[in-house]
Amino acid sequence: MIRTVTTAALVLLLTAMLAGAEPLTIKIGYVGRAEKKATISLLDYPPDNDGVAGARLALEDNNTTGKFLNQRFVMEEARVKDGTDPTDAILRLADHGISFFIVDLSADMLLKAAEAGRGRGLVFFNAGAIDDRLREEDCRADVIHTAPTRSMLADGLAQYLVFKRWLRWLLVVGSHETDKLFADAIRRSAGRFGAKIVQERVFEDTGGARRTDSGLVQIQRQIPLFLQGAPAHDVVVAVDESEVFASYLPYRTRDPRPVAGSAGLIPKSWDAAHDQWGANQLQNRFMQSFSRRMTALDMQAWSAARMIGEAATRVKSGDPHTILAYLKGPDFGLAAFKGQKLTLRDWNLQLRQPILLADGRTIVSVSPQEGFLHQFSELDTLGIDRPETKCRLK
Amino acid sequence: MWLRTIGGICVAFVLAGNARAYKAYVSNEKSNTISVIDTAERKVVGTIKVGQRPRGIAITRDQKYVLVAVGDDDTIQMIDTASNRVVDTLPSGPDPELFTDDPSGRLLYVANENDNTVTIIDIERRARLGDVEVGVEPEGMGLSPDGKILVNTSETTNMAHFIDTATHQIVANILVDARPRFAQFKDDGSELWVSSEIGGTVSVIDPLKRVVKNKISFMVPGMRQEAIQPVGIAITHDGKTGFVALGPANRIAVIDGTSHQVQKFLLVGQRVWHMAFTPDEKYLLTTNGVSNDVSVIDVAALKVIDTIQVGELPWGVAISQR
Repeated sequence: MIRTVTTAALVLLLTAMLAGAEPLTIKIGYVGRAEKKATISLLDYPPDNDGVAGARLALEDNNTTGKFLNQRFVMEEARVKDGTDPTDAILRLADHGISFFIVDLSADMLLKAAEAGRGRGLVFFNAGAIDDRLREEDCRADVIHTAPTRSMLADGLAQYLVFKRWLRWLLVVGSHETDKLFADAIRRSAGRFGAKIVQERVFEDTGGARRTDSGLVQIQRQIPLFLQGAPAHDVVVAVDESEVFASYLPYRTRDPRPVAGSAGLIPKSWDAAHDQWGANQLQNRFMQSFSRRMTALDMQAWSAARMIGEAATRVKSGDPHTILAYLKGPDFGLAAFKGQKLTLRDWNLQLRQPILLADGRTIVSVSPQEGFLHQFSELDTLGIDRPETKCRLK
Repeated sequence: MWLRTIGGICVAFVLAGNARAYKAYVSNEKSNTISVIDTAERKVVGTIKVGQRPRGIAITRDQKYVLVAVGDDDTIQMIDTASNRVVDTLPSGPDPELFTDDPSGRLLYVANENDNTVTIIDIERRARLGDVEVGVEPEGMGLSPDGKILVNTSETTNMAHFIDTATHQIVANILVDARPRFAQFKDDGSELWVSSEIGGTVSVIDPLKRVVKNKISFMVPGMRQEAIQPVGIAITHDGKTGFVALGPANRIAVIDGTSHQVQKFLLVGQRVWHMAFTPDEKYLLTTNGVSNDVSVIDVAALKVIDTIQVGELPWGVAISQR
């Protein structure tokens, strides 16, 4: 009798599991910036859903896979004003049962967000901040970085310039704090790969609008004046994260030289023109869903949400500890349309990735370049490598 | 005069004696052409203009048509093998890439990369019979020898979907490594091999138990692991030897079909994609995307014996049965 009951119960249980058992729901939070940065070109003006659209597309991809595994992915979004502590936003989302956060905030605010999550077992994905220090002295065991670093971007560009034998660089740097950081990365790359910075000039941001009705007349006179008298150089490397001047350099330089860096040939994690290695399919899916092209920030957020999905698929769990452990482990690899799998640097949780070099129309090349060798992974020729790291994960 | 004729006959005889002549059709992804190769002479004897971005290619069982998926035109073109001209199209979904036909030669199953479906087409009527919803970016297509189970691999979902061809329902989903691209049954139906391009492995699946029973990895001395990207698979009729194209590793791995051990690597052209045997299984032809050529492998000797220049970015290859 007891046996019959047990069997019946078991049958019932199995039936419940097979027929429409509640799917495992994995909740993701997206925390982005409320402000958009000003850009020189209208074409570069960030869309309202920059970043979060990439995460949404990855969620769709995760849910298509999830329907075969009875997993469901949902996302909530919060926006934080520049300089505002994101702690409240994080805690509010955490109270909704969210354990995974995709974050596009400045380095300081990202660290505040992660600190807010301490002790609650939250996992953060830095999709926006390219600061090396977040992977070095300020690294954390609960923050994964899908955005490349300045040093990775600079190395990706430098390898190509060296491949071209454009070894004499005229470095033009903006006057903002972030520009100084990027200039440091460029100097480091030049030193590593054997290029020479023949001179450095600072382009002061004196304020003012990016868009005026008669601006061009002045600019085509100002830029050659600014660049005159420079020592012989093969290429102008511009560093201008705040979009003050770099896009004005191409075709306006004193000497007929190509421009690279923040304008001209730009190193980035993704570009709307990238169509190799199946990327065309992702670009098409994105266009169908959002009626616009996919940006680098979209891709960095897509990668983060896909990492969560990929791990959940493999470990068949939504538990943040289990997922984080899988992502840090040797079996994790992300297919992200860049010709090889992306993996995590286990010493600082940075996603290894090729760097695209885009001219705004096409992908000119993809780094690492041939011949830049590494004993472990050629992707580790980009950015600060294990032996130089200051990161102690905790 | 007399001698010359004899000479000519001798040459012809020798060629015929060495190998029967089949036609190999190679899709050139960038040229938008099909190169036609005479497998005995080992040279290109014709070039056929087709639509945008030809990739997946196969010959109908009656040998009347070469079917080629022209992804950027969202269709499959039918080339008349007698005239070497495109004579008709089949109604696939958007961006068709790979497809397989059923044993009767009546139905065609097509993976449409852009809308997460597999389309079923009646070849004779040129009619679309229905769609099956699968994972993200469907790609590889394999049919069990009895025609009962269709396997589709989805590149971003990382699964082999088992589809019952009678009901068009998915009956099993098997997780494999990242970006599965190709599915190949052994002729006796005992094993299904699925290549994972980004994962760098081939999963050997037991089709009855529907579990991965073995996983083949590849270690090429001096080659970085990321460059090993398995794509096309070919298995001999007796199931004893498998060949796996390793993409940018520029090699074909030769695998013992029983022990699943890698026996040997054959150096071919750059970014090797897909393969096809001649019907007598004497030769295996590989498409080498970046070097714009086709390598000819002597299957018994396991040696690369020739290279044939074709169009730009050769991708798929199909060989006529007569």
